[in-house]
Amino acid sequence: MTEHAVEGSGHAPLASLVDEAARTTHGGGSAPPPPDEYDEGPLYAARKTIYPQSVHGTFRRIKWTVLVVTLGIYYLLPFVRWDRGPNAPHQAVLVDFPGRRFYFFFIEIWPQEVYYLTGLLIIAAVTLFLMNAVAGRVWCGYLCPQTVWTDLFVAIERWIQGDRREHLLADREPWTFERAARAASKHFWWIIIAWWTGGAWVLYFADAPTLVKNLATFQAPPVAYAFIGLLTFTTYTLAGWMREQVCIYMCPWPRIQAALTDEYALNVTYRYDRGEPRASLKKAAALHAAGRPAGDCIECLQCVHVCPTGVDIRGGADLGCIQCGLCIDACDAVMKKIGRPPRLIAYDTDVNIRNRQQGKPVFFKIVRTRTLLYAAIIALVGSVMTYALATRRSDGLSVIHDRNPMYVRLSDGGVRNAYAIRILNKTLQTQNFVLTLSGLPDAKVDVIGAEAGSGGDPVIEVGPDQTREMRVLVTTHAALAPEASIPIVFTVTAGNAGISAAAGDHFVGP
Amino acid sequence: METETKTAPPQADVGTTGHEWDGIHELNTPLPRWWLWLFYATIVWSIGYWIVYPSWPLIKSYTGGAFAWNSRAAVDADVGALQTQRAPLMAKLAAAPLAEIESTPQLLDFARTVGRRAFADNCAPCHGAGGGGAKGYPNLTDDVWLWGGKLADIEQTIRHGIRSGDDKGHQGAMPAFGRDGMLKPDDISAVTDYVRSLSGLATAPGADLGRGAKVFADNCTPCHGPQAKGNRDVGAPNLTSQVWLYGPDRKAIYDGVWNGHGGVMPAWDGKLDNATIKALTVYVHTFGGGEK
Repeated sequence: MTEHAVEGSGHAPLASLVDEAARTTHGGGSAPPPPDEYDEGPLYAARKTIYPQSVHGTFRRIKWTVLVVTLGIYYLLPFVRWDRGPNAPHQAVLVDFPGRRFYFFFIEIWPQEVYYLTGLLIIAAVTLFLMNAVAGRVWCGYLCPQTVWTDLFVAIERWIQGDRREHLLADREPWTFERAARAASKHFWWIIIAWWTGGAWVLYFADAPTLVKNLATFQAPPVAYAFIGLLTFTTYTLAGWMREQVCIYMCPWPRIQAALTDEYALNVTYRYDRGEPRASLKKAAALHAAGRPAGDCIECLQCVHVCPTGVDIRGGADLGCIQCGLCIDACDAVMKKIGRPPRLIAYDTDVNIRNRQQGKPVFFKIVRTRTLLYAAIIALVGSVMTYALATRRSDGLSVIHDRNPMYVRLSDGGVRNAYAIRILNKTLQTQNFVLTLSGLPDAKVDVIGAEAGSGGDPVIEVGPDQTREMRVLVTTHAALAPEASIPIVFTVTAGNAGISAAAGDHFVGP
Repeated sequence: METETKTAPPQADVGTTGHEWDGIHELNTPLPRWWLWLFYATIVWSIGYWIVYPSWPLIKSYTGGAFAWNSRAAVDADVGALQTQRAPLMAKLAAAPLAEIESTPQLLDFARTVGRRAFADNCAPCHGAGGGGAKGYPNLTDDVWLWGGKLADIEQTIRHGIRSGDDKGHQGAMPAFGRDGMLKPDDISAVTDYVRSLSGLATAPGADLGRGAKVFADNCTPCHGPQAKGNRDVGAPNLTSQVWLYGPDRKAIYDGVWNGHGGVMPAWDGKLDNATIKALTVYVHTFGGGEK
């Protein structure tokens, strides 16, 4: 790595660079720095601790609501019961690795049906794109687990160590017993929450009430304790210590979303058309008196102080900005206090700011090619998945022809082929499947380990939610053409359940 | 496009790297220092591998690692765990009569699974992966059995083999009638045509079937029987069936009579454990040709 290869990151406001370039190119503003002023500074720097200030307002309320709802779902969902009958677990959401099943309320998925997950991931990805095209980083600001847990951890920190000012001042003083006690208390509660988070995680992989009991009595499997430990560690580290650094240095999504947004997308934006030039109240009054313009921004820095990632939103679109809207709340409070209209920082679009500058009407264009396409993809994949789910079969049949030998000549001149068939019974009851064969004249069907039923055809019993592989022998004494390969169809029918599956193969002769 | 300055000037404390593309300068934002420490931590972590796992080659051996872990022992442990898991069913296999294994679905499934592996390891080289056989190696999936196709017959053959040197193994071989001077070439030619006629195969033009029948009656009936239906006590095949171990063509039969036959099947008693042999028996019996 050369010293020049360090990329600009979180605190590099892209727009400011573009503007600086524009000023430079068009002869205004400063000239590019001479080569000897190029930064030869350090490649690594200590993190600057961020003390986000508490804030009240619309977006803070939305974030609290989302936090309570999402964490509530996460911590309580494993305890929701769902009656599936006697042969299946009663947990609404369960990833059953030993049984190779995934249960989600009325849906039960077998390993070979994992394409449902693929569909879900496609929908999730395109929904992220759509969110981005409509209203920026909604995911990052409100829904991302990193944001939600960090929010919770910051709230704990404020509760114990005080708000920004108090905490900041205390950190500048030498250690005292009280300061140490507060710090210890904070870390204790952080670890409790982190541990609870890890504890909830493992409940998705086993019967929750049983596992809770086993965990408490130290009878749970070691892997459960290991995963609780792992998630306790990651939650504590990521939400307590890493915080905004996860977004800025570790997460790929900020990089991707920068390529997905456009000038029509709503983003948390400083309305520089209204805010510039910045001036304190006093200075603004003086400027107005002198007949010169003054913007609404009074440089109070409240927007910076409340920012959980330490961004100055007034610098323009920023990789570090998770667009949580807290700066909107902070700025609105200030504007209200000084009697200026709110929403100097607001969800706005680049186009509208330019339009306002040029005296053109503002507009919001949510229906655009990209939003239409994203919505269409979501609708398409969603419909395909819903259709697949609605028409999901509760049985299945697969057939493999024996490869060695392909056929067997019998002493009486007959020819026999052998097949391995596998019957899937996705119902939760034992089913008796009757096996029939069509397409081959004078065919006799034998199944190893199964007796013929009353109709003369072999009957195969398959347990609830199970598969069963059987060896099937098909014999014919009909005259076959040389090197015959006759298409045949196996059908299994469980009359009681009214289900039936078929699979084709070939009968080959000498 | 000439726009108003809409931003604060770039942070004064962040310089540029000197890189510039189309007028855009790249800020030099340092990475967080913990990132660097993580890198050092991975190096330290790697030292742990040297200590814990076998790593350094020495002159005649290697450093074995703190816990003497090696992959061979790990596989042994896994195999041992599997055997422990299977032990109850293997014990049931060893104890149950063959007929009961075949009529109990759980035991049948288990025996076929164990049998499939054992067959692939021990039997497939001669009899083929699916028991289809080859020239001189019997097809185990058809309904023709030289030494019997009942469960007990198959078990006997697997345990003690054929011409294997085992005292309890099957004995008896097809003599070399030509090579040993018992029959003249003309007689062998005649009996070859006669044998082919028994299963409806074409005979050579002008073949003397009467002479062939006489040669057969004089020499072959002790083993193959007057009706040529064979005799399982001595492993003599039924010559009227459609299935030919060494092929139905005239030359193959002539050569067989001239040189005799005596293929060898090894005895597996002692090489494979009791439960595995019983599993193999059931597996072969359920290929499709097993006799009740």
